[in-house]
Amino acid sequence: MKYKGSAWIAWIFLLPSLLTIGLVLFYPLAKEIRYSFNDHHGQFSFQHYIELFGSFFSSNSVFRDVIFQTIAWTVINLFLQFTIGLILALLLNRIRKGRAIYQTLLMIPWVVPSFVGAYAWLWLFHDRFGFMNQALHKIRLPIFHWLDNGTVTMLVVIMVNVWIGVPFMMMTFLGGLRSIPKSLYEAARMEGASPWQQLTNITLPLLRPIAATATALGMIWTFNMFNVIYIVSSGGPANSTETLVTYTYQEAFQNGNIGIASTYGVVILSFVIAFTLYYQRVWKANQNEGMY
Amino acid sequence: MRKSNKWVHILLGTASFISIFPILWLLLTSFKPVSEIYSDTFRILPKAFTLENYVDVLTRSGGVFWTWLLNSIMISLLTTVIGLILSTTAAYAISRFRFRGRKGITMSFLFTQMFPGILLIIPLYLMIDQLGLLNTYLGVVLAYLAITVPFCVMVLKNFFDTIPIEIEEAARMDGCSQLGIFWRMVLPHSLPGLAIAAFYSFLTTWNEFIIAVTFLKSDDMYTLPVGLQQFVNQFNTQYHLMAAAAIIITVPTLLLFFFAQRLMSNRYFYKKG
Repeated sequence: MKYKGSAWIAWIFLLPSLLTIGLVLFYPLAKEIRYSFNDHHGQFSFQHYIELFGSFFSSNSVFRDVIFQTIAWTVINLFLQFTIGLILALLLNRIRKGRAIYQTLLMIPWVVPSFVGAYAWLWLFHDRFGFMNQALHKIRLPIFHWLDNGTVTMLVVIMVNVWIGVPFMMMTFLGGLRSIPKSLYEAARMEGASPWQQLTNITLPLLRPIAATATALGMIWTFNMFNVIYIVSSGGPANSTETLVTYTYQEAFQNGNIGIASTYGVVILSFVIAFTLYYQRVWKANQNEGMY
Repeated sequence: MRKSNKWVHILLGTASFISIFPILWLLLTSFKPVSEIYSDTFRILPKAFTLENYVDVLTRSGGVFWTWLLNSIMISLLTTVIGLILSTTAAYAISRFRFRGRKGITMSFLFTQMFPGILLIIPLYLMIDQLGLLNTYLGVVLAYLAITVPFCVMVLKNFFDTIPIEIEEAARMDGCSQLGIFWRMVLPHSLPGLAIAAFYSFLTTWNEFIIAVTFLKSDDMYTLPVGLQQFVNQFNTQYHLMAAAAIIITVPTLLLFFFAQRLMSNRYFYKKG
């Protein structure tokens, strides 16, 4: 089906994009790895790595805090997005009337630019004039400083990101639900299976491949998410909502530590490689199951 | 059956409400006069509906908002056009030819899609600074190509894979050159794929925040997202202007998205290879 003997033409077609990608992707990436191995005089050294990993177990290691916060951020986000997305998809799949309207409304957080969504939430949580505190005040409850406490702020930024991420999960699951043959359910009903049994024995097992893909993609997107944290909490208070991605930015562009920031970059790169390998495995497994 | 459906509607209704509420609140804020927005009296609907925030956003500082709009349009269009030229040719080569290194190149396009922008932004910033391209269209467009090209290549490759090669062989018999085949036979047959790639490039660029905030330094070069950030940052808390500007930025995004969705629900888009 493919042309074989004309490799040089292929290279001519490829050349412009390879040059561009080389210039804006691979060259910078190589540069970044090199910066991470430079000391302050530009000599090769492991200084930055020693600085990060050497103090990993000391009580004031920002690096360790950031790693744990990144893991908490990613895991909690993914769990909530997955669960809520699945429930909404199952609910949508049960009705006909009004489904198109619900679906459109539920897609809004995904369609709106993420920075607009983040600013909208920031405004809801404004200390004095935001909706949340004004509503609390109205019903005579004490107002709450949403962005002053590390744990609460983390929950707030996670909530904002869940709000953004749920529609993707929902649509993916909905696609998966539609691909399940109706005859399976008919057969199960004939055998007298309860709705719960149908869910656990037919729906969920058949959704597994698509759930794995959605999880892998959701994990990468959540890990990479910058706008929500940068806009809503700026990583604060006291770095308590910094993730690897936002803290790298702060080190580079607010503290001017290019070396340390690049080392953080290499740590991010290793996470991304791990995710990609996982994603590839999922993708191959799905192909073997013949779902796609 | 009836009863359970009632609960389905209650749950879906609640979820729908939560998903639109922040944006709805922004919309309501944008129509409130400043005196109502920054007041301790809680009110949901604007008491005195006004367009003054929109007028303020569009006319302040000699109408700089229009400059931001123009910058956003120019940067998004440039990225989309250059990105499509680069990715259609690359995707065609990967889809149609067998050559050494094909697999490696395909894998690297796949892999680089996973990169968070932050990974590239530091060295790109230094490089673009050295080239003297900070605060220019070209500098930002170069950075955006790093994001859009890998994705577009994969989308278009999958699309080209579905076009029967017989079309091309027939054209070759008639003496058409390789570039002619690509231009006259392959591209016209891939319009839906090109549309997806173009929508993706345009929307990604239009909505891009952090590279624009970092690379664009003077307010005559800002794109809309950077301009929006000027209204609410550590020095400034003009939520009334932010709300109006955010709504103006979001409307084209919503329109483009729902237009694209209708296009994609066309069965042509679901044709399997």
